[in-house]
Amino acid sequence: MTADTSVAPARWQEAIIERIMPRTPRVVSVFLRTALEPRAAGQHIDVRLTAPDGYQAQRSYSIASAPGTEVLELAIERLDDGEVSLFFHEVARPGDTVEVRGPIGGHFVWYVEDGGPILLVAGGSGIVPLMAIVRAWSAAQPKTSVLLIYSARTWEELIFIDELLNTQAREPDFTFIATTTRGPRHRPEDFDRRLDRPLLREILRRWGRSPRHVYVCGSSVFVEAVTSSLVLETVPAGLIRTERFGGSGQ
Amino acid sequence: MSTRGFLGRRPSDEVAHRLPPGQYRTEDFPVLAKGPTPRVDPAIWRFTINDGSQALASWTWAQFEELPQTIWRGDIHCVTKWSKLDTTWSGVTIDDLFRGAGITPPSAYLLAESHDDYDTNVPVADLIGGKAMIATRFAGAPLEAEHGGPARLLVPHLYFWKSAKWIKGLRFTARDEAGFWELRGYHMYGDPWREQRYTNDP
Repeated sequence: MTADTSVAPARWQEAIIERIMPRTPRVVSVFLRTALEPRAAGQHIDVRLTAPDGYQAQRSYSIASAPGTEVLELAIERLDDGEVSLFFHEVARPGDTVEVRGPIGGHFVWYVEDGGPILLVAGGSGIVPLMAIVRAWSAAQPKTSVLLIYSARTWEELIFIDELLNTQAREPDFTFIATTTRGPRHRPEDFDRRLDRPLLREILRRWGRSPRHVYVCGSSVFVEAVTSSLVLETVPAGLIRTERFGGSGQ
Repeated sequence: MSTRGFLGRRPSDEVAHRLPPGQYRTEDFPVLAKGPTPRVDPAIWRFTINDGSQALASWTWAQFEELPQTIWRGDIHCVTKWSKLDTTWSGVTIDDLFRGAGITPPSAYLLAESHDDYDTNVPVADLIGGKAMIATRFAGAPLEAEHGGPARLLVPHLYFWKSAKWIKGLRFTARDEAGFWELRGYHMYGDPWREQRYTNDP
């Protein structure tokens, strides 16, 4: 194999904030006008902010928009001690400029030619790169199935919920199951408990397909629990790609 | 040019000079991996050093634990931008491994190989001279599976993706062969102080 230079990011460049839109009480979407072009769904970019004295802070954010979308969408969760996330939540305005670099990532990605069936499992803001996959899949109209299992604390904290419901209403091959751990479910097909092994088994049984690609994104604890269960439910470990955030507490 | 309204939250000078460019300090211990955490049973664990397809030396867990143990204390830096300061690891240095097996490196490069089919390339010069170890303990306790246990490579002067988790061996290669992340957009060498994150970074 040779290195895939198509996944090597470009240099730092300016991006203009076109719009900032609240998604949930703790998440805003930041729409950026930039020359960066994501090549695969699931990639991320680096963002760099510079203080007047030259001090800089960098963070990585997953891209929520599908490749080919004119304006690049990030969905940024507010972290109460977040040096960069608080800037986007409290300070940034349309017209402001930030520096970006990317797109980055050649593993936790889906290309249209990868096909399916696709199993997506999101915990909290782990939905963001998976939303890019849902959007890329929906735009490409491939004849494959997608199951999205999305766990959040409450229904109000499900990012992109309207779009997900619309996609499900429009696409017979898209199955969306939400599970909320601290609030009631809103639809009969959803659940209101932790996504443990019996629940995963039940949802996979209902779906009735064997996934060819599996993407799991969320906190370390969430990803660990879900992937362990999937492997025990005989989903081959080699099909499962993960992206984790946060620590193990050590 | 500065970002309008961004003031930033600087670390103390003492911390700042220990952070490579673009890094921030974290207190917890983030977990990153390409897939599910492999559960590797020490009863069947083996560590093997290969030259290409030829095995040069191999250890069982019990044999490995008999090798000289070294403690390393210092800072680690992940390409996803977190750095963790004052970590304590122990295990077997690569020097002691080579010495124990009577190995003179047959080439200048190798791939560290893991149980989850992960691999990553590291020049031999970056592994010897006390610069790296096969770590089996973190903060005095057996290394947890999520952090690469029972054993992982520790090359703390390079970005932490080079410190392959769930390591099963080292394979000398004639040339500098790209590993898993190096094939997917990340730098061949990965020096945090030169901010060598991605393929084309100088």
